[in-house]
Amino acid sequence: MKRVFIQSVGSVSCQKTFDNSQFLDEIEIYEANVVPAIDPAYKDYIPPAAARRMAKGIKMGIVASKIALSDAGLDSVDAIITGTGMGCLVESEKFVSAIIDNKEEYLTPTSFIQSTHNTVGGQIALDLECKGYNFTYVHSSISFESALLDAQLQLAMEEAETILVGGVDELGAHTVKIHKLVHHIKAEMVSSARLLESNTEGAVFGEGANFFVLSNQKKEGAYAELLAVDILNTLDKEDLSQSMERFLATAELKVEDIDLLVMGNNGDVVFDTYYRELSDGLFSKIPQAYYKHLSGEFNTASSFGVWLASKILKFQQIPEDTKLNSITSSKLNRILLYNQYRGQNHSFVLLQKC
Amino acid sequence: MGKGVAITGMGIISAIGNTVAENYLALIGEKKGISRIAWIDTIHKNEIMVGEINFSNAELESQLALDSNNNYSRTALLGAIAAKQAIAAAQITNIDTYKTGLISATSVGGMDMTERYFYEYLEEKSLQKYIDGHHAGDSSQKIAEQLGINHSLVTTISTACSSAANAIMFGARLIKAGKLDRVVVGGSDCLSKFTINGFKTLMILSDTYNTPFDENRKGLNLGEAAAFLVLESDAVVKAENKKVLAYVKGYGNANDAYHQTASSENGDGATLAMEKALKVAGLNPKDIDYVNAHGTATGNNDLSEGKALIRVFGENLPEFSSTKAYTGHTLAAAGAIEAVYSILALQHSVIYPNLNFKTQMKEFEITPQTTLKEKTLSAVLSNSLGFGGNCSTLIFTKEP
Repeated sequence: MKRVFIQSVGSVSCQKTFDNSQFLDEIEIYEANVVPAIDPAYKDYIPPAAARRMAKGIKMGIVASKIALSDAGLDSVDAIITGTGMGCLVESEKFVSAIIDNKEEYLTPTSFIQSTHNTVGGQIALDLECKGYNFTYVHSSISFESALLDAQLQLAMEEAETILVGGVDELGAHTVKIHKLVHHIKAEMVSSARLLESNTEGAVFGEGANFFVLSNQKKEGAYAELLAVDILNTLDKEDLSQSMERFLATAELKVEDIDLLVMGNNGDVVFDTYYRELSDGLFSKIPQAYYKHLSGEFNTASSFGVWLASKILKFQQIPEDTKLNSITSSKLNRILLYNQYRGQNHSFVLLQKC
Repeated sequence: MGKGVAITGMGIISAIGNTVAENYLALIGEKKGISRIAWIDTIHKNEIMVGEINFSNAELESQLALDSNNNYSRTALLGAIAAKQAIAAAQITNIDTYKTGLISATSVGGMDMTERYFYEYLEEKSLQKYIDGHHAGDSSQKIAEQLGINHSLVTTISTACSSAANAIMFGARLIKAGKLDRVVVGGSDCLSKFTINGFKTLMILSDTYNTPFDENRKGLNLGEAAAFLVLESDAVVKAENKKVLAYVKGYGNANDAYHQTASSENGDGATLAMEKALKVAGLNPKDIDYVNAHGTATGNNDLSEGKALIRVFGENLPEFSSTKAYTGHTLAAAGAIEAVYSILALQHSVIYPNLNFKTQMKEFEITPQTTLKEKTLSAVLSNSLGFGGNCSTLIFTKEP
């Protein structure tokens, strides 16, 4: 089995993350319950005529993947694996509402074509002229981790040498509206600086794309080594600590070998209790960080978490605004990530400095 | 070359039958499941034909003994029925004995409910339970719940019409890598106004029975179906003294990188997918005894796939046929439906006829098998090609 490295990163998010020479030097603070991603200069990456026809998810995906490829000094890769919870949501909403509003008449194919979940992965392949393996995972909060696991296995088993892996999701107006109805989105505006103190139900929704080049050869400039990924469809709070210890044991590690725990707290008073189980228990003496106040919550928000952790390992510095506790560690070698959404679809990811 | 991954159970529900046995009887009896649409009220009902499953949602719910508060989409209902059959066929009584995962595929997901209640959600509180089912993974979560899969890997693949083939591929990889001891793999898609109207706008729906690889083909019939396989590691097969139905011997996925919805004229992606699968299987084209083609009966697919078959097999092209004339094109489920048919072909030494074929395509000389044929088979190749240039090939064999 070969070792697997995160060779490069590319991010479009609710923060100015598209410039890889910086690392959250300047934090955007929002007073909101829905936060759109900050647009990079799309024209620097996509011809304007083509960009006009593209859903935001496609544009964010193409830009993030191009940044990751250029960061890795590559023109193409052996495979492209994408995670997306909802695909190009805006076009899907458009097509459904057009069917209903026009009673199945006067429809055009554009929205339907873009509504297919693998549109972003397919468009990136078209853009790179990459005829390699191309998969899209669409499973709520573990969409990205499924892609990561697939890539890890292929690289470890030497089926590929370089793989572009990413997570991408966009906001859609109707989806936002109905998720407010069921309180998955907070009823009130919340300052992102005080997200975890909100004490209310629901999350602040966001969007974004985070792509990575993974390789089984360690090259100059690599961000991190990917040690392990695990996905659990269900998990009771009482079993979380034990599951985490078991996961660490598969990598022959213990809690004290972890220098930073990065978690997906989203300010939902009901479900953040999972994270508290770890932060107040097993990891109470370990430095902790969080990120959804910067990225917003979306099905592939955890890809922003992996972006953050990769940058932390490479820059050897934890941004002040991401710190969950005041504990410091003399070294920054291993980061453990934990995420779940509404108590389901849990993921553990383990990264190591390289 | 790699050893095959054992298949120890399978389940299916489609327009030609509610069990594996019913599907097989329809296949050899040459009974199509294509008809006018009954369960969806669409303005296109007189212009299209579909492969529909003849149960209402209420009937499917009662088969699963769900209470009335359930929020299952039709995709989840069909998927749960097929997956439970697969588990029963593999004689699994305790799912927790081995580390078991689920890799499911869907393109429609809960869209049937979304399109029904899109605006009603805003007013009607009792319908809001379906909002949780919007994301495509919801149907997989429900199937996992029905199978009692907990604390494990459950995920969903959506790569349009190659989705279920890709679920089988990922499942095989997970077994080979030792990540899981056992994995349930397959796919489910129900009919919806979304897909009916979507394919209608692309002008690739036939107004009559679909005719794969025919010169005068007019497009596809949409279908709904679900099918699942149980894959198990060699260690489990040995420990449990399991009967193995067949093996997933080869798999390959490639991207056409040509157009978002159309296939390249020369079938680059399909050619690459077949070549990769042969390589993984350690087989040569001449070792393949039957090709279950994707053969959707659209002008574009059959031309592109036919050219790819010629490129890969040359003079060695064995009998090939598409079973889409029986079931319609079941989108994300198609790869799993046709996996079940390929395994049945291996077990019964039979090649299914490509129904409705009349006229030879003028672009090439290859002709599908049009009558039921008995032939001893040791390796069957199955193609699934989809939007986004996604091309997948699976090879099933009798021996590991």
